[in-house]
Amino acid sequence: MVNIDSLSYSYPATRKQKHERIALKNLSLKVTQGEMFCLLGPNGSGKSTLFRILSTSLKPTNGVVRIFGKHLIEQVVEIRRSIGVVFQHPSLDKKLTARENLLHQGHLYNLRGEQLQQRIKEMLSQVGMLERSNDLVEHLSGGMQRRVELAKSLLHHPPLLLLDEPSTGLDPGARRDFDNYLLELRRSEGVTILLTTHILDEADLCDHIAILDQGNLVALGTPHDLKQEIGGDIITMTSNEPHPFSEAIQQRFGGNPRVIDNTVRFECTQGHEFIPQLVEAFPGRIDTITLSKPTLEDVFIKKTGHKFWENGT
Amino acid sequence: MSSSNFVLASYSLCRRELVRFFRQRSRIIGVIGSPLVFWFLIGSGLGSSFRHPNAPPEMNYLEYFFPGTIVLIILFTAIFSTISIIEDRKEGFLQSVIAAPVSRMSIALGKILGGTILSLVQAIILLLLTPFIGISLSLVSILFLFVILFVISFGLIGLGFLIAWRMDSTQGFHAIMNLFLIPLWLLSGALFPSSGAAGWLGKLMMFNPLTYGVAAIRQGLYLNGNISTQELPSLPVCMIIIVVFAVATLWASGSAVKHYSKT
Repeated sequence: MVNIDSLSYSYPATRKQKHERIALKNLSLKVTQGEMFCLLGPNGSGKSTLFRILSTSLKPTNGVVRIFGKHLIEQVVEIRRSIGVVFQHPSLDKKLTARENLLHQGHLYNLRGEQLQQRIKEMLSQVGMLERSNDLVEHLSGGMQRRVELAKSLLHHPPLLLLDEPSTGLDPGARRDFDNYLLELRRSEGVTILLTTHILDEADLCDHIAILDQGNLVALGTPHDLKQEIGGDIITMTSNEPHPFSEAIQQRFGGNPRVIDNTVRFECTQGHEFIPQLVEAFPGRIDTITLSKPTLEDVFIKKTGHKFWENGT
Repeated sequence: MSSSNFVLASYSLCRRELVRFFRQRSRIIGVIGSPLVFWFLIGSGLGSSFRHPNAPPEMNYLEYFFPGTIVLIILFTAIFSTISIIEDRKEGFLQSVIAAPVSRMSIALGKILGGTILSLVQAIILLLLTPFIGISLSLVSILFLFVILFVISFGLIGLGFLIAWRMDSTQGFHAIMNLFLIPLWLLSGALFPSSGAAGWLGKLMMFNPLTYGVAAIRQGLYLNGNISTQELPSLPVCMIIIVVFAVATLWASGSAVKHYSKT
């Protein structure tokens, strides 16, 4: 459905930025029909650039992108017709009502008349906004606006829905709400979803995840498989002197302990059996010790060698 | 791209402009009120000290200044309606329009038409004042003025679109407005005729497309020939220039939208 082959993108040099900036490096991936696919990465990882390319607002520097077998550059109008886009920044006109916003969107996709009215009603009802449909958008809460946005993007029955950090600015409650509506729409509309996010919980909902870091694709797989790669458990320890302590663990037990952000991390299969051995082997050197199942953040750390949120991102 | 989609997309964008305008009462008051205040204060203030050299004695400055006031109303609407392009981009509305499968020209056309209709309505409201300043308009005059005002509005809003499209802040647009759009109006024969201006200023006015717009309105107001308009460029010349100007700004605006989507 979406075929990305050796895609690169560089932002050209400008007066402020003397050198061109490479945002995507030789990236290849496929999204298959009906799945929910996630591009996960911290800010600056290149996921928003990739989103802008897929939503036809940026031209790739190199490489080929095909959506439904159509060439992204040569058949851009056909592609625009078959994608729905939810941008990171809301695209609703706040001075119009929710219904008027959808009416306008319908016209841009050549929908009209009774058929359009019917579809607007159907979509607003699916996102639970039918009763507020005549309210000006500026009077709706952030979460409600996002839901109207979702209804807007699916109005023309696109087989592919692209979402750029859809839950930005929503509190956790509204985010969960939004994700539920998204999952429900995916079922009822049968739409393939490609979303970008920096929220690890949201990525966990998806069928496949592509992890991006500094323009590179560092991991690709189902959340389960990615976590599985790590092994059994993660043991995280804090210590006064993390580096010598990490070396000491390796000398004594082997494995591959790593110091990340002043904590010592160790992957092992039977964490609950290993913890007593560790504590007995290094009395007094461990301040805290935690046992956890691998998360996507652990996958990210393993693949990139640094934490997901680093350098203040 | 089907032609029905082109028309529907333009219509929808145009309609949105109108709805937004009438929902913001301050905009209505500002756009209609300020030129009227300008007209009344400047016209009355200068009335006794200024006299158009070729005008008959009964023509006071309020009357001379009238076509200029109509153009000022159009200019104000052009500024207010095209400044919203910058807001549309900042607030994100534009991104979903750009991502839609519509011709880039229909985006420019819809936006420009919306502003044109708004300014036309306001200019017509002002035309209702003509009996009070002693100008009686025939039906032909009214229809003719209608056409001229439409073309001038279209051109000015196209120009505003072209400027606003490249701007990333409304402050920047205000600077351009003061530096470029207001002088364009000042040098259009709206405030003073080119015949009385210094040589270089007269030349500048000759190259100003708005000069021909103001001249066309002035001639449209006096189609019955009550007042001599001999010193003005001929009506066909005026019409050609304002039509070319309008088409050129539309074309340039459409191209600007096309280029934006390719970056």
